[in-house]
Amino acid sequence: MPEPILDIENLTIEFSNYPVFKDLTLSLDVGEFLAVIGPNGAGKSCLVKAILGLLSPSSGSIRIGGKAPQNVPFDWIGYVPQVKSLDRTFPGLTQELVVTGLQKSWPWRIDKIQAFKAKAALERVGAGHLMNRSISQLSGGELQRIFLARCLVRQPRLILLDEPATGIDITLVSDMYQLLEEIRNDINASIVMVTHDMAAATYHADKVLLISPMGVHFGNAQDSLTEAHLRQAFGHRGHAHLMPTGSAHV
Amino acid sequence: MFEIFKEPFMQSALAAGIMIGILTGFYGVFVVQRSLSFLGNGLAYAAFSGIALALLLGQEPIWVSLPFTILVALGIIWLQDRTKLSADTAIGIFFAVSMALGVVFISMAHTYSVDSFNYLFGSILTVNNTDLIVTAVLLLASVLMWPLWGRWAYSTFDRELALADRVPVKRYDYILSILIAVTVVVATKIVGVVLIASFLVIPAATARLVSKSFTSMTVISILLGVITTFAGLMISYWVDMPSGAMMILAQAILFFIAMLFQRK
Repeated sequence: MPEPILDIENLTIEFSNYPVFKDLTLSLDVGEFLAVIGPNGAGKSCLVKAILGLLSPSSGSIRIGGKAPQNVPFDWIGYVPQVKSLDRTFPGLTQELVVTGLQKSWPWRIDKIQAFKAKAALERVGAGHLMNRSISQLSGGELQRIFLARCLVRQPRLILLDEPATGIDITLVSDMYQLLEEIRNDINASIVMVTHDMAAATYHADKVLLISPMGVHFGNAQDSLTEAHLRQAFGHRGHAHLMPTGSAHV
Repeated sequence: MFEIFKEPFMQSALAAGIMIGILTGFYGVFVVQRSLSFLGNGLAYAAFSGIALALLLGQEPIWVSLPFTILVALGIIWLQDRTKLSADTAIGIFFAVSMALGVVFISMAHTYSVDSFNYLFGSILTVNNTDLIVTAVLLLASVLMWPLWGRWAYSTFDRELALADRVPVKRYDYILSILIAVTVVVATKIVGVVLIASFLVIPAATARLVSKSFTSMTVISILLGVITTFAGLMISYWVDMPSGAMMILAQAILFFIAMLFQRK
């Protein structure tokens, strides 16, 4: 039995002695896709930060490929932040941003090998023509693609996405999920995605984590996103049209 | 026109000025992209306070001003870390306290001399060998720190992304703050306390207007720092005006020209 890519046991995270969530336990196998769903303030971003090693848990443990987050080599994880939070005034080129996926710094200059890899990754996500574009000129959807290329060039074991659909034109969101699936197959990466998009969670994810101040539910989509759980988490049966019972599509 | 280079004081001023142009141009790109324009002011008044203390104690100003300003620079980051206050609030607190201390030291020293005016607005006559050596050492240290450019640039673009890649962002921030603090101190004599902040802002801001990449922004900012310092010193010599003011007017002219040709 291969080691799970992500193994979380009895994880509790507190903020100023106030628990964000308690006793979270989950396990994700290599190649699996986990969607993390929950109301605002439930601790979804805290979980992402804890997996990245930026936030220390109060108790419990996180293992990524058997290692503690602080000891994981930087290129094991491909982190895709929310595009709306990025500094668009920074003078950078698209290919420079992609090359940060290969090294832990902003490139002074890009050598031939790096340029080749960046070009291949950008072409893979359909953004080869944006290679020398200034990042301040990119739309939200384009920037999201560039971040996926940055992920791809790194060949990570785990792709971590924080609300990737936020700030992107709705018509581009399904393209993005399609691309994410393809990348997952290309490099056999596992995916953890924080999202508000319940349809995407149902349609694309192998496992779903529903997280709310009322408790956590982990399992496949049908088991996690039951009406009772959603009612408990969101206080109503919202998004009923996206329930997993029908033929939900993105 | 070349006879001015024969004057020993002018040789010192030019050597110091060019080094300061390189240093402020280089560090300015991080100050501008991190929206820390106020940092130059905060550190300049800390330097002023250090100078006032040195005058009170009868010491060479740079040896008091240097540790004092570094302490304030570290204090600003420490305060941010400890309290979650924003950078400009932390700088604002130290800015005011530094100025108040400076006024107290000057009042105690009872030397309201021409020295104070020189330190406030810059003078090309006051650069001595100690200043030159300290500036040269800082320049050398900055060259040795060159590999950090990419790390600083990365965390300037996105701090969280750099942290997620295990870059020791906080340690590098402390190093950057110390180097900027020392830059401010060595620039005080030529540029003056009041005007030094713009040295860390205008060349880099001008470079930003015409640059597509952070690399070209850095190179252009350094070049502008050197050119405007040189031009400012020349004009200062010819029209007998404070050097800092002349340099900043030169920077401002280039800034407005760059605005006309900026890349959108």
